[in-house]
Amino acid sequence: MDSSALFNISTFAYIIAMIAYIAYLAFKQKGIGLAATGITAAGFIAQTAAIFARWSESYAQWMKFSPESSVLLGISRSAPLRNLYESLVFFIWSMILLYLIIEYVYKNRSMGAFVTPIAGLALAFIEMAGIGKEIQPLVPALQSNWLIAHVLISFFGYGAFAISYATSNMHLILASSDRKAQSYIFWAFAFSLFIWVLIVATAGTISGPPPEGMDGRSAGRGMSFWLPLAGLYPVLFFVVWRFGLSMKKLLSSFDLSTDILDEITYKGIAVGFPLLTLGIITGAIWADSAWGTYWSWDPKETWSLITWFAYALYLHSRLMRGWRGVKTAILSLIGFISVVFTYLGVNLLLSGLHSYGGG
Amino acid sequence: MSEKKPASVTDKIWSVLSSVTLAVVLIAILAVTSIVGTVIEQSTDYDKNIKVISTFVGSGAAPAAYKALNALGFMDMYRSWWFMSLLILFSVNLVVCSIERLPRIWKIVTDPMIPLKDNVLRNLGIRHEITVASKPEDARSVVESVLKAGGMSPQAATSSEDGSVQVFGQKGGWARFGVYVVHGSILVIFIGAIVGAIWGFKGGLNLPEGTDSDAAYQYGSGQEIPLGFTVRCNWYETEFYGNSDMPKLFKSELTVLENGREVMKKWIRVNDPLTYKGVTFYQSSYGPIPTPQNGLFVFKVKSGSGGEQMVWAKMNQPFKIPGTDMEATVVNFSPALTTDRNTGQLYTYTSSMNNPAVEVRFTRGGQEVLRTGWIWKRWPDTGKLQGGAALEFDHYWGAQYTGLQVRKDPGVWLVYLGCILMSIALYVAFFISHRKVWVKIAGDGRKTRILIGASAHKNKHAFEKDVEKMVSGITAGLEGGV
Ligand code: HEM
Repeated sequence: MDSSALFNISTFAYIIAMIAYIAYLAFKQKGIGLAATGITAAGFIAQTAAIFARWSESYAQWMKFSPESSVLLGISRSAPLRNLYESLVFFIWSMILLYLIIEYVYKNRSMGAFVTPIAGLALAFIEMAGIGKEIQPLVPALQSNWLIAHVLISFFGYGAFAISYATSNMHLILASSDRKAQSYIFWAFAFSLFIWVLIVATAGTISGPPPEGMDGRSAGRGMSFWLPLAGLYPVLFFVVWRFGLSMKKLLSSFDLSTDILDEITYKGIAVGFPLLTLGIITGAIWADSAWGTYWSWDPKETWSLITWFAYALYLHSRLMRGWRGVKTAILSLIGFISVVFTYLGVNLLLSGLHSYGGG
Repeated sequence: MSEKKPASVTDKIWSVLSSVTLAVVLIAILAVTSIVGTVIEQSTDYDKNIKVISTFVGSGAAPAAYKALNALGFMDMYRSWWFMSLLILFSVNLVVCSIERLPRIWKIVTDPMIPLKDNVLRNLGIRHEITVASKPEDARSVVESVLKAGGMSPQAATSSEDGSVQVFGQKGGWARFGVYVVHGSILVIFIGAIVGAIWGFKGGLNLPEGTDSDAAYQYGSGQEIPLGFTVRCNWYETEFYGNSDMPKLFKSELTVLENGREVMKKWIRVNDPLTYKGVTFYQSSYGPIPTPQNGLFVFKVKSGSGGEQMVWAKMNQPFKIPGTDMEATVVNFSPALTTDRNTGQLYTYTSSMNNPAVEVRFTRGGQEVLRTGWIWKRWPDTGKLQGGAALEFDHYWGAQYTGLQVRKDPGVWLVYLGCILMSIALYVAFFISHRKVWVKIAGDGRKTRILIGASAHKNKHAFEKDVEKMVSGITAGLEGGV
């Protein structure tokens, strides 16, 4: 089987698993829960196989173009971490792996209903946006082992942050008493923003690069692009705000306390933060060897630093009296919004403003 | 420590500077202001940012908004006085916070452990109680060996009140310093960046093939930076994937010369620079020289029997093709020659050397023109001659320059040292904890009561499991002994 068939199987499995986990949340039948875990694990195995299949396909391509290179060089140059598509796939893979571990350690399946939708949404985003899936030869700047380390480490870190994102969402729902509570309103704001950003990113990619002005530079996107999307946000917000609280009843029937959720959020960030740090460091080393500057304050770099600040903020706010709990969960959400922006926003939104970048 | 004396102003400032609240505020300000610098393009021309700003405030208000933002340094904000001040305040915060806390941490780590009173022991986060039939002395030696197996060196104390014994041990105390090394490493990176900014330089140098230079040039100002030695570009080449125009490799062969003597020679490529005496040369760009004065065409002449020979030739100057009775003359050159699909005509599609070709006139005896035809580098077959020989076009030497980024950064090792320290220390800070165990052993003639209390400054959950293992180790050891 080739890699794309295997990827389709895993996408399909995660979407079914998402439905199963949500059904499990609603009906609390052990059988449904077991099935959800089984389907997720099957999806994970298919995705792992897909990643290796893609690796071997790009290896064959690399060797065709560079028959003189050694096997080892060929393996590292064709590692499937080379573009937006492959990194998104790896991000989902890491997140599912971490989730399966956490499900096993904490013996609690209710988180699946929050994690698998992230996988489902991200994969649907790839499909809808038609992000380049074809295997392309690497441009010279990307031919670096530091780059592979950089992508591998960063996206594994993002996977860990995604888990914290899921548990912080659950935390805020569980801790909210009514729809007027500030923390609940913030949650609805952030959650609908997350969905909205995915929709904007998708729309931005589908409609291609922003038009060029007379001078050949990007002219930015016009009102016809932004207006309908801006109008969509309040609708999304209202739906999330109106129906979000009904999840509280579902969640509270599980053996879950805000303390456990706080602990898992912290653990996700305790794994993600050192990885993000290493990711920024390996990125700096790569930039240094390619261009002779380890830090140039370009928007992508700066946004990864902003993400780093956001999670440093989370870590230190826990040390402040009265912050642990709802407030730190909010900071964890902000951290993940920053992750998503670093990842998609910089390419898709800021590149509309500036002339660099592009998918 | 809280004292009853009214705090003086310096005390107040000190306590603000040492507070985590200030750290949180500063990190938040750094994060939010950094966002502005990603929206406004940094150190760029007016037109670009006016356009960006009009997106937000409309084109009417944009010039005024630009003026205001420019006055606040937002057009080059990461070097502005206020951003630097934020970083300095942030560093002071880190230093003061560490000065304030480290002595306390030092004490916690180095103070010897003491036996605990019952009520304290019973209030620890992790507690277990077991009763065994063994004698207290046996229990004590088993407990000691279990603690030892757990990586602690057990100590013991006998209570003067009831004769009970407490065995206790700890490990991982040094891990409490982890976060302070994380914080310190941030300062090390800052110092490295400052050293680089003061004693280093960054410039560019465009070197045509065959030329040399003993200076680089500052970006922007164009100011000359003497290198202290000479660097020469021998060769520049772009390689492509297959027969496509997708670049696979940019590479230059550089030679370093001191007093006219060759001291170093290396092929550099993107991601693989050359460093000599602290100055590093990076492959950063390339480009054509429109009318090369000293350009030479490099041919590979293959004889029918498999021999190969390089021939260098000038435009319009005939040369003998070795192993044949023919001469060749280069009469025309194109950096990127292709055939128009519709008209079938040849044309040059770009000025960069993507698909170079030469037009060669073949003659015999200097007079008789045999034919004139194009030879492409990409298609060696176009250079085939009669009898299995070939004149393959290899390179137009001297017609391109290599664009080098030239950098000297004496602080970069400090930056990397800081990065290594931070990576290790983050691991320690999150995954290693200071763990302590106390075990009280009290006998009442027939049975022995064992009270176990334990604490960990982080990752309590994981330590709980370890303590459970210790408890079952003790139980197993004693049952085995009975
Ligand atoms: C962005 C810069 C910073 C980073 C990356 C950073 C990193 C960290 C990390 C990873 C921890 C451990 C957190 C945990 O175990 O949950 C920590 C703890 C701490 N940080 Fe920072 N920090 C930064 C800035 C600061 C600043 C400016 C201060 C100044 C007050 C500070 C004060 C503290 C304190 C007091 C602790 C707790 C130490 C302890 O538990 O003994 N941090 N920091």
